[in-house]
Amino acid sequence: MAERTAALPKIRIRGLTKSFGSNHVLSGLDLDIADAESVVVIGGSGTGKSVLIKTVTGLMDADSGAVEIDGTDVLSLPASERRAMMNRFGLLFQAGALFDSLSVLDNVAFGLVEAQSIPRKQAHEIALDFMAQVGLEPDVGAMYPGEISTGMRKRAALARTIATRPEVVFFDEPTTGLDPIMGDIIDELIVKCVEEFKITALTITHDMDSARRIGNRIAMLYDGKIIWQGPTAEIDTSGNPYVHQFINGLEEGPIELVTSRA
Amino acid sequence: MNFLAAIGRTFLGFLAATGRLAVFTGITISHCVRPPIYWRLLGRQLVDIGYYSLPVVGLTTLFSGMVLALQSYTGFSRFNAESAIATVVVLSMTRELGPVLAGLMVAGRIGASMAAEIGTMRVTEQVDALTTLSTSPYKYLVVPRVLAGIISLPFLVLIGDIIGVFGGYLVGVNKLGFNAGSYLKSTFDFLETQDVVSGLVKAAVFGFLIALMGCYHGYHSGRGAQGVGRATTNAVVSASILILISNYLITELFFAR
Ligand SMILES: Nc1ncnc2c1ncn2[C@@H]1O[C@H](COP(=O)(O)OP(=O)(O)OP(=O)(O)O)[C@@H](O)[C@H]1O
Ligand SMILES: [Mg+2]
Repeated sequence: MAERTAALPKIRIRGLTKSFGSNHVLSGLDLDIADAESVVVIGGSGTGKSVLIKTVTGLMDADSGAVEIDGTDVLSLPASERRAMMNRFGLLFQAGALFDSLSVLDNVAFGLVEAQSIPRKQAHEIALDFMAQVGLEPDVGAMYPGEISTGMRKRAALARTIATRPEVVFFDEPTTGLDPIMGDIIDELIVKCVEEFKITALTITHDMDSARRIGNRIAMLYDGKIIWQGPTAEIDTSGNPYVHQFINGLEEGPIELVTSRA
Repeated sequence: MNFLAAIGRTFLGFLAATGRLAVFTGITISHCVRPPIYWRLLGRQLVDIGYYSLPVVGLTTLFSGMVLALQSYTGFSRFNAESAIATVVVLSMTRELGPVLAGLMVAGRIGASMAAEIGTMRVTEQVDALTTLSTSPYKYLVVPRVLAGIISLPFLVLIGDIIGVFGGYLVGVNKLGFNAGSYLKSTFDFLETQDVVSGLVKAAVFGFLIALMGCYHGYHSGRGAQGVGRATTNAVVSASILILISNYLITELFFAR
């Protein structure tokens, strides 16, 4: 059972279940995230981390379970209210998902122009500021997503996600594909968003260094459930064999490896 | 037993697809009549569908009008009814060939590209990204395309009608030796407003169907390049079939007594 917090959690996930045919990806997942807290979810490739984010944001329908934001169950909301809820969310997709018919600058300014009705010129100025924060030069703005590198796309997508100043942000592997220095900068940016702008963040990552930097708390997803969670400082002394194997990258341990060796 | 199960599964699959299409159509129409409309995107689609389809539609109808004149001459000359050729050309062009040929050509050109574009956006999560940026994919992607289809097809068909009749005129006057004045006179003598209007109504319906099929199949595209490829094929095939079916239904509505 997750520990009881006195205050209402910002996000409260209970019994979340999602299957694709006979592939049971999430099977009764519980997780609480407090207001202005940064939780990192770790877990092997293909364990359903991206599916978790998509079901929580309602992009994918969950089979059962509840996701409460500030106490309201968002999965059962009618479409119109769900859209209002979406206004408060930001989501960084694992592959970026930049609109390839728009320039990078228009991509970053998209939410400002379309959802917040900020005049285009002003939105471009804000967008340039966020691009600078993720280390993108202003002249990148005129390029199209197809013309920039994968890491630049990732950073442009990150800028687009936080430019609208959402209350709750889901980052799906924000630093994969970036060099260590740029990875550090992005980690710091996420920490700044949490500490200065008081966003609530759920971050997915494989990178343990990054997880330690970003997370107030770390949770491990395995076999469709959160099998361990605790403060970042305690991860090395978790006493959980799965966590121990995962964070140390060991071959020996309870996690079944899908590769077969002769 | 297995055979029956397969039939049952196919039938259920068909019902599910029909339901999904009905929902998609309903949502699309409800968004078409509710603000906001993205005028800039609508404009771009109008140029794409209307303007850039002109050469294709023009060429198709030109040669169809020409061949129509030639073929009906071989037929009618046996009954000494050559003067009916101009009438045959203009009536078949405005009532049937203009809308159907333009519809089929545009279905191949536009239906496919809509399905491919939206399908790729679906596969690369750009459609989901729209939703997370509080923008309805229906409003942003579907409505501009559907409205542009409804608006631009009648214009294309009207121009196609004129070019087709002109093609018949070219063959009639230059090859079959008709007098230019009398050919034009018999062209307009029997032409009624209803002939042209029914063709334009058909065109609007076809434009709706082409864009709807392109968007629907793209929106529900399967995973990966293969999924997008299948969506493209399905968009063109289903739009073409629906064009031919609705063509019959509208014809019956207008002309059956
Ligand atoms: N749309 C889908 N249709 C069918 N199966 C899916 C779909 N999306 C995800 N899955 C399945 O769900 C499982 C989890 O996928 P997910 O993308 O969440 O993994 P992940 O934990 O994010 O992995 P990675 O770290 O590699 O990104 C996989 O087995 C995948 O096959
Ligand atoms: Mg993933």
